[in-house]
Amino acid sequence: MVSTYRIQGATGEWEVVIGLEVHAQVVSKSKLFSGAATAFGAEPNTQVSLVDAAMPGMLPVPNKECIRQAVRTGMAIEAQINKYSRFDRKNYFYADLPQGYQISQLYHPLVGEGSLTIDADEKAGIAEDKVIGIERIHIEQDAGKLMHDQHPTMSYVDLNRSGVALMEIVSKPDMRSPAEAGAYVRKLRSILRYVGSCDGNMEEGSMRADVNVSVRKPGEEFGTRTETKNVNSVRFVMQVIEYEANRQVDVIENGGTVDQETRLFDPGTGTTRTMRSKEDAHDYRYFPDPDLLPLELEDDFLEECRASLPELPDAKRQRYENELGLTPYNARELTAEVETFGRFETLLGVAAAKIGKSESAVATQVANWALSVAPGVMKSLGDEADASNATAEAQASILAMQDKGEISGGQAKEIYELVLKTGRDPEEIADTEGLKQVSDTGAIEAAIDDIIANNADKVAEYRGGKDKLFGFFVGQTMKAMQGKANPAVVNQILKDKLG
Amino acid sequence: MSVDKATVAKIASLARIKMGDEELERMVPELNGILDWVEQLGEVECSGVEPMTAVIENHLRLREDVVDADPKTGGGRREDVLANAPAAEHGFFGVPKVIE
Amino acid sequence: MTDLTNLGVKDIRDGVAGGEFTAREVAEAFNAAVAEAAALNAFIVTTPDHALAAADATDAKRAKGEDLGKMGGVPIGMKDLFATKGVQTTAASHILEGFKPEYESTVSQNLWDAGAGMLGKLNLDQFAMGSSNETSYFGNVTSPWRRSGGANTDMSPGGSSGGSSAAVAARIAPAATGTDTGGSIRQPAAFTGICGIKPTYGRCSRWGVVAFASSLDQAGPMARTVEDCAIMLEAMAGFDPKDATSLKMDVPAWEAGLSADLKGKKIGIPREYRMDGTDEEILKSWEQGKEWLRDAGAEIVDVSLPHTKYALPAYYIVAPAEASSNLARYDGVRYGLRDLPDGAGLQDMYAATRAAGFGDEVKRRILIGTYVLSAGFYDAYYTQAQKVRTLVSRDFAQAFGQCDAILAPTTPTASFPLGENQDDPLAMYLNDVFAVPASLAGLPAMSVPATVNSDGLPLGLQIVGKPFDEQGVLNAGLAIQSRANFTAKPEKWW
Repeated sequence: MVSTYRIQGATGEWEVVIGLEVHAQVVSKSKLFSGAATAFGAEPNTQVSLVDAAMPGMLPVPNKECIRQAVRTGMAIEAQINKYSRFDRKNYFYADLPQGYQISQLYHPLVGEGSLTIDADEKAGIAEDKVIGIERIHIEQDAGKLMHDQHPTMSYVDLNRSGVALMEIVSKPDMRSPAEAGAYVRKLRSILRYVGSCDGNMEEGSMRADVNVSVRKPGEEFGTRTETKNVNSVRFVMQVIEYEANRQVDVIENGGTVDQETRLFDPGTGTTRTMRSKEDAHDYRYFPDPDLLPLELEDDFLEECRASLPELPDAKRQRYENELGLTPYNARELTAEVETFGRFETLLGVAAAKIGKSESAVATQVANWALSVAPGVMKSLGDEADASNATAEAQASILAMQDKGEISGGQAKEIYELVLKTGRDPEEIADTEGLKQVSDTGAIEAAIDDIIANNADKVAEYRGGKDKLFGFFVGQTMKAMQGKANPAVVNQILKDKLG
Repeated sequence: MSVDKATVAKIASLARIKMGDEELERMVPELNGILDWVEQLGEVECSGVEPMTAVIENHLRLREDVVDADPKTGGGRREDVLANAPAAEHGFFGVPKVIE
Repeated sequence: MTDLTNLGVKDIRDGVAGGEFTAREVAEAFNAAVAEAAALNAFIVTTPDHALAAADATDAKRAKGEDLGKMGGVPIGMKDLFATKGVQTTAASHILEGFKPEYESTVSQNLWDAGAGMLGKLNLDQFAMGSSNETSYFGNVTSPWRRSGGANTDMSPGGSSGGSSAAVAARIAPAATGTDTGGSIRQPAAFTGICGIKPTYGRCSRWGVVAFASSLDQAGPMARTVEDCAIMLEAMAGFDPKDATSLKMDVPAWEAGLSADLKGKKIGIPREYRMDGTDEEILKSWEQGKEWLRDAGAEIVDVSLPHTKYALPAYYIVAPAEASSNLARYDGVRYGLRDLPDGAGLQDMYAATRAAGFGDEVKRRILIGTYVLSAGFYDAYYTQAQKVRTLVSRDFAQAFGQCDAILAPTTPTASFPLGENQDDPLAMYLNDVFAVPASLAGLPAMSVPATVNSDGLPLGLQIVGKPFDEQGVLNAGLAIQSRANFTAKPEKWW
């Protein structure tokens, strides 16, 4: 399926070609080549070792966990894992790069070709699922941070991030619209968070994308691309593409040519501009880092990496649909985020046990609760709700009472409101607050007998064929029972008595 | 391959070493002398030969992921890291203002 | 009492342990000798207090009957390429002038742990780039040796470990550390009539040693006897988890394993080392060396190292390429010199700082290295050089199928006057033509003094061993030493 996203230029339609290089910070306690901590938000230069500051004679020693996380990520995108890889030095001068080179992997990356699938999303113009190729994943060092606004004539350098491990995940130029790029980043983020190799926190910079954009007339060769660096949200990625594609079309249609260059995004204006500091840095003089031997992975290491992989988003979604019988919509919503499915699966387990049925038998009920009922109650309460009261135990109790017909859907919401506000036990609430349905046939029969006796005309009309009046009798009965009668029991007795 | 003054100027700029005209001119024959001499390597038949990666048979050891396991390669020593800095303020290194 | 400064490592260690003299007496004697020898310019800074403190610690241990360590009571010179905590570490460069590391290199720490003390930081060629010790920002080192009958011409102590060689030869230090990237221990040792061994790549940790060319740099001892080298190497070497290229192997008891009996050993003579331009007297000493080893019981066999000719040009691509990258960190941001012209931006500051902070030879090598790695040239130069390096290494592996160690001259000439080769970088590079092949292959190699030439200048012989076979190298060295009876020493003129 060809994307229909087009830029309308003066000379006709243009197609956008997009490739993304996502830099994902690897989850590890210490840095890629030193023992300094990686935690976010520390005081400047307090998480800097002599190695990170590139003191004379300092040497890199690789962190096994960083390698492991990158390998697991590669496995999650079904990529080729290279048992032999090497570290190369990328040489350039900048104040955030103490060594004067970044240790990266150019010639022999750790992870080779793989792919991920972005999901159909008609609203976004993605007609069907689309496979996006991933060229490679390599690991490299992050740079430090420069601050420009703290001193009139100086920039300040903080090296806390210097040497933190990054995975650079390089896509093929397979995307054709901002929406596809957005979906790619979201899906990649989801996979990384499932695997646990990156926290996906874009605000803290744990995931940044370099956005490569070019335009061409449909069917023609690729145009010259620009690379917009360090874009740190899905929305910005889409804005960059939108802006760059239109800018490039304008340049070309006005007789100019697109320069292959590095650009910078300004979130304030939604525009991009040439990055001055990188203008002359294109000859990186890559060569194998002589401080590091080739990285050779053993089979048992790879086996451990594979064994430790969790169920991944696509497989989980399939299972939710096929085994749990959830709707495609529910399955997608529940599997999108690690937190969502985590909460769901916990609740499902507890609820099934409490109810005494299989997980698949209660899955739809639990899914509806988890996706719409529970969030609705939580939202309506606003600040009054204490989220810590939303335990799986409490919610499962409510679901179990509902399943047994002890409470109605409305009562379930009322009980949950009180649970969220007070943390009280749901069953105790149902009892003491009178939030229980009456299933006692004696009481319901008595009420119905009264109603039939007092509405002889309506009974006659019903029996004469006016079926719609059944609802009237239900309503009257529920009213008489003050809304607490079990609707199923009411229906059954009414049917029996009305004939 | 031999280098001219413009090429030497470009390399010097890439290597961030400021060089005046006179120095560049002096470097041209010196570098060419060395380059001419190393180019004899082109004579060596190297097809099927792998470039050397490890001079002595050895395997890359990986480190366990432990913070500050060895203070010599750990963090939390800002004083030491900044001790020799030509300009350090408020816990930062200072450099001339950068326009990105 | 004997003049303590005539003693070497073993004699000092044993003398202190046996109570013949105290470590403090030794340190004081050498501190005084160092102070008198300013004319050699062997030291960039002297650290008499360090030597005394270490000596006092040793004496105190002895009083308590504790183990004094492998180097207990021995004061040494430390090449100023090793980071020493709180003591200026410059690599003989302006760009690191005033730099006081907050850390101690693994090798120097190992030596202090073994009971050694430090007389001072020794001069060297800037960033270890040079073969005559004429590229130091802190001035040339002058060899204690002078030509017999010649005028008082200042001679080169060799390089890059020229401060080390001069100090040991002049007996102002019983031993010194050196580093060898392409001959920087062996060539100066040969020029000054002392011993020096570069161990197998990875034996000595590179952590805290200012890097020149990472895949080649190896530290090693320089001393006046093979025994002293064995003792000191034992103290210096050892696995270091902070260096990813460090060998995870136990350090053998090299001193205890010393034996000059070479029965059953085969010594290879590489025919390609007979090069045009090699000094006749050097060739003669090589012949003499064969005789000595034969006399020690070894069988002499001819071997071939066909790519010898290409080792030096390959080295002059690989080493500058690595250096151009290793020296990128000297940028005026975190330590060392900063040259910030008025109104300069960051990149201008880098260029000005590096222009002011690096000497000519360093700049030359950075430019060569930058060029050979640059786009379009990488494969033709760097990749080709690394392939040639593989071939050089393979040559050795094949030769070691036929022999246990290789004997060759250390250098093609004896020491030359300071200034003589300064204007011709290539002529200077050729000094290391015999030393570089073993460096490219990471092999243990040693220079031992053989004789003096007709000018009265020392000539060295080189033994190259199999990987990890420092013992074989030391033993062959010992066999030469015990037959050469090299007793010549420089007349004191300083």
